[in-house]
Amino acid sequence: PGDTSVLAGLYGPAEAKVSKELPDRAALEVLLRPKVGLPGVLERSREQLLRQTCEAVVLGMLHPRTAITLVLQVLSDAGSLLSCCLNAACMALLDAGLPLAALFCGVTCALQPDGTILLDPTARQEQEARAIFTFAIASSERKVLMTNTKGSCSVEEMQQCLAAAQCAANTIFQFYRDSVRRRYSK
Amino acid sequence: RTVEPLEYYRRFLKENCRPDGRELGEFRTTTVNIGKCLCSITTADGSALVKLGNTTVICGVKAELAAPAADSANKGYIVPNVELPSLCAERFRSGPPGEEAQAASQFIADVIENSQMIVKEDLCIASGKLAWVLYCDIICLDYDGNLLDASVFALLAALKNVQLPSVTINEETGLSEVNLKQKNPLIIRKHPVATSFAVFDDTLLIVDPTAEEEDLATGTVTIVTDEEGRLCSVHKPGGSPLTGAKLQDCITRAITRHKEVKKLIDKVIKSITPK
Repeated sequence: PGDTSVLAGLYGPAEAKVSKELPDRAALEVLLRPKVGLPGVLERSREQLLRQTCEAVVLGMLHPRTAITLVLQVLSDAGSLLSCCLNAACMALLDAGLPLAALFCGVTCALQPDGTILLDPTARQEQEARAIFTFAIASSERKVLMTNTKGSCSVEEMQQCLAAAQCAANTIFQFYRDSVRRRYSK
Repeated sequence: RTVEPLEYYRRFLKENCRPDGRELGEFRTTTVNIGKCLCSITTADGSALVKLGNTTVICGVKAELAAPAADSANKGYIVPNVELPSLCAERFRSGPPGEEAQAASQFIADVIENSQMIVKEDLCIASGKLAWVLYCDIICLDYDGNLLDASVFALLAALKNVQLPSVTINEETGLSEVNLKQKNPLIIRKHPVATSFAVFDDTLLIVDPTAEEEDLATGTVTIVTDEEGRLCSVHKPGGSPLTGAKLQDCITRAITRHKEVKKLIDKVIKSITPK
């Protein structure tokens, strides 16, 4: 959203290398490439978050001993990068036609110093915020798939942010539906 | 147990207990050794060894001097590094750090940053010229699940043990003089404690998972709280979806755990500071 853009490419299910293949499910691999520089520790931890989120929704049991590779390239970063990556990943999974148990979307929530909750903060707002939450919310019952926090806050504030994020998730899922409709109605 | 591990576990979970006899909400015995007399690392400025059941993690903190970065002239650095050497579990091979080690290092760095455990301005000696760099090496010696909890605990214990020698800058020569005789302890503002949970089948939550339980779990959640009951980090890397209420349960449990751990740390520190 806004100026942040991430390009996602999904390859699979394809033949997996013997060292990487799992006997009962598809092996999911996520590669995150930053705009400048080589991928570092931050990218690795983000890759792990994305991978485990995707593993929870992709029905890997249907494609054992295959590999699904997701490559994300950051084109520009103006805040809310992680949720942009999540949304890009989900749309790529949809576009590839992989069997999914649920859809997910990423929402970033910033808690400003005066206590107001801001959704989808820009980079500037992120820096000023007291705490930033990124939630991955599943389409089934709006449950929480993934959380990542930066900064500290009280428990009530987190619950409020979570509730706000769940409402925002509805808007994002509507966007998914519209995009897919547009793509396939040509 | 080896043929159908999931079924074996399910039978126990139905009775609300686990194969090693623990309740669902019970932690393994935690022991911590701090300092040069009890702990192994004599070359480090601060060290601690934590055992959470079988999971053994050792943390060594080394303090060195460096020039601060150009844009933050009055801030020092803390560099955590988590290593999972191949001796701790068979699934880790030797070579460059794997994804788990890197993700754990990032997590620890985030916790330090979020909780403001050590304020970087405290590490500055002379603005723009000299600051402390704390290299925290966290090495896992035996991996039996729940690495993040043990690492955070070891880091906290080691940092409490660190004694920084006082450094003065000689006005005439502009060089720094380190006074090893006069040592000050590190100022630790907050005491974050991590609590990890494993999620089974989207509903059941167990605390402090062993390696076997982690493999069978469908998801994990780690919550870091500090002493005021504020959340420093909620780390839930994917896995089965949880409702907000379940998350709240985890948080309440984490706050209770924090109190237990704090008592343990205080007790150990009191026992090693006689002089």
